[in-house]
Amino acid sequence: MMIPISYNIKNVLARRFTSTLTALGIALVVFVFADVLMLSHGLEKTLVDTGSDDNVIVIRKSSQTEIQSSLTREQANLIINNPEIAVSRGGEPMVAKETVILITLPKKSTGAMSNVTVRGTGENGMSLRPQVKIKSGRAWQKGLREIIVGSSIHKNFLGVELGATIRFSGQDWKVVGIFDAQNSGFDSEIWGDSEQIMSAFRRPVYSSVTMRLRAVSDFEALKERIEADQRLTAEIKRERVYYAEQSEVFSTFIKFLGLTITIIFSLGATIGAMITMYASVGARTGEIGTLRAIGFRRRSILMAFMIECLFLSLSGGIIGLAAASFMQLITVSTMNFQTFSEIAFKFELSPRIAFQSMLFAVIMGFIGGVLPAFKASRTNIVTALRS
Amino acid sequence: MNLAKLAIRNVTRHKLRSALTILGLAIAIMSFILIRTVISAWYFGVEMASDNRMVTRNSISIITPIPLSYKEKIAKIKGIKNIGYGNWFGGYYKDEKNFMSNFAIDTNYLKLYPEILITPEERRNFEIHRNGCIVGKKLAARFGWKKGDTVRITGNIFAGEWDFVIEGLYKASKKSVDETMFFFRWDYLNERKKIIMPSEVDHVGWFLFWIENPDDAAKISNEIDAMFKNSSSETITETEKAFQLGFLSMVEAIVKALRIVSAIIIVIILVILLNTMAMAARERIPEYATLKAMGFGGRKLFSLILGESLTIAAGGAAIGIPLTFPLVKIFGKAIETYLPVISVSNDTIWMGLLIAFAVGILASLFPAWRAINTPIATSLRKIG
Repeated sequence: MMIPISYNIKNVLARRFTSTLTALGIALVVFVFADVLMLSHGLEKTLVDTGSDDNVIVIRKSSQTEIQSSLTREQANLIINNPEIAVSRGGEPMVAKETVILITLPKKSTGAMSNVTVRGTGENGMSLRPQVKIKSGRAWQKGLREIIVGSSIHKNFLGVELGATIRFSGQDWKVVGIFDAQNSGFDSEIWGDSEQIMSAFRRPVYSSVTMRLRAVSDFEALKERIEADQRLTAEIKRERVYYAEQSEVFSTFIKFLGLTITIIFSLGATIGAMITMYASVGARTGEIGTLRAIGFRRRSILMAFMIECLFLSLSGGIIGLAAASFMQLITVSTMNFQTFSEIAFKFELSPRIAFQSMLFAVIMGFIGGVLPAFKASRTNIVTALRS
Repeated sequence: MNLAKLAIRNVTRHKLRSALTILGLAIAIMSFILIRTVISAWYFGVEMASDNRMVTRNSISIITPIPLSYKEKIAKIKGIKNIGYGNWFGGYYKDEKNFMSNFAIDTNYLKLYPEILITPEERRNFEIHRNGCIVGKKLAARFGWKKGDTVRITGNIFAGEWDFVIEGLYKASKKSVDETMFFFRWDYLNERKKIIMPSEVDHVGWFLFWIENPDDAAKISNEIDAMFKNSSSETITETEKAFQLGFLSMVEAIVKALRIVSAIIIVIILVILLNTMAMAARERIPEYATLKAMGFGGRKLFSLILGESLTIAAGGAAIGIPLTFPLVKIFGKAIETYLPVISVSNDTIWMGLLIAFAVGILASLFPAWRAINTPIATSLRKIG
């Protein structure tokens, strides 16, 4: 027969102070655990969503990022002359030959200089990325030193207001528009005309070529042709894959550091739960004896204490997760190690992370509760009643 | 029986609970020191910086090169003693995961770093052999390299396979210096650039120079930057420290997050200890009442509880702090690609001790308040 659950709840409430502390300890651990996962999930999501399924990107072989890559004009022309590439209504191939460079701008929060990606792109730059929309102002005009800035850049950096002029590479560039890229990596970029940027930086080469495929399934054929071409030393990737890879090093780092910390923390919290449960068993020896004497089995006692501990850890987990969910309001803007440039992303909660966090809380409760519960169930009736 | 003895006896009354608390505290203190150490590891570049060194780079960004021809103009400025130049070279050994800091440098460069120790013979060999390289001891150990080995590095900015002969392994004279760097000759790189990147030939990443008087830094910086104003490559000149802090400010979000976590740990330590102390006080309310009835004052009761709390906190520190060293070592190994210099500083240890002490005091306040303020009659009536 089961001991009624109300008995457990009453017990937890009877020791309000220590119960709260135990639950709080677990809540803190769950909070940190969930935040770590949310952070790396947010980063991955931002970068993965930067790419689209039907786009591919070509960069120079063995350069992991656009910043390190270079493709000559001739190579770029060879790359875009392939039948798998979609053609616009006007008969033009849907491609963007782009030049990516880094500049430094002062951050609003600290005034310190940080690296920002500037993307020089062509007329198709925007139509290839439907998530990019001009929020205010207008697009840059071809042949002019004009730029548009992503919403995260607009939010986090100084001097990039609409109509302002920023100076880099010895030239003045007018901010004519602000664009929104739906929280993707493009929000952390500045865009302008590729020819203008190449001439200002005296850079005779492109960084990458992004192209729309006629059909998603055409990728393999195109990959084979481009990578076999002796005149090119190029690598082709699905855009989504390329951007996902940009988050790899950084998100592994966050996860490694964060999970090490959480594991150490959870040991502390588990011990905290154990202390509480042992004390609870110790204080109730007489009660346990009585329960045993009136016929409850050892198994029921074991269950009762386990339930009590799981109750504590579940409440801790819920508090921790609730607190972590508020972190979704926060945007983190920091340098991505791989691209060496600023990227803004959010703490992102997913059902999977919520589940993992609760599971983590329950495991902590289980480990913390199992030994004291066994101790309780093994209590000798006679000695217990005498105490 | 004196109070101190009684306090320590109290600790051993619930052996299991005290042991668990001490263990919990030890773990929390350990993670606190670990995180503090990780935070300070971010600052290694700043600590390594000398007040006498300054850096001139392209104002656009660090990856934009500047013409080598600037060197002569900079070297002529009064107060500058010695000048070298370098270029970042993104490269890896065999696999992309084996990423390291590679620098293409001129033969003068290492002289600007007296803390990087190589023998005169190694220096001479490096100066003679154009495909020579000098690598850090730790880096060599990581890949099993020896002096005289030929190593093949794959470049991801400067594409292709690059072979270097190891002419020397350097040691650092200070703990704060990175022993995982890889230096090779800039002219070797420049030669290949003529084929793979003609637009960047005779351009360097930055100039590094030694100034006689650190007080001249601001003046010299203005002078250099003014000289190249409105030229094709405008410059930014700053002290090495400012240069390194610039890097750090780009990852400030991570450092900030770590600081918050280290604050959370302090709360966790407090929660664990407070929990135990509150339980002990609750169980002993009748005892404390007896003591009060016998004439022990509030102050004595407080010292009794404080003594117990401090003893447990000290136990946690005594176990946690020594265990931190092996932990940092293992952890450091795992993240050496990101943070090459990681070691526990004395300041961090002191901070850990101080926090254990403060937590010991804080955790005793509430239980002591309760013990002192519960009326004797109620306490004696209460059981368990």
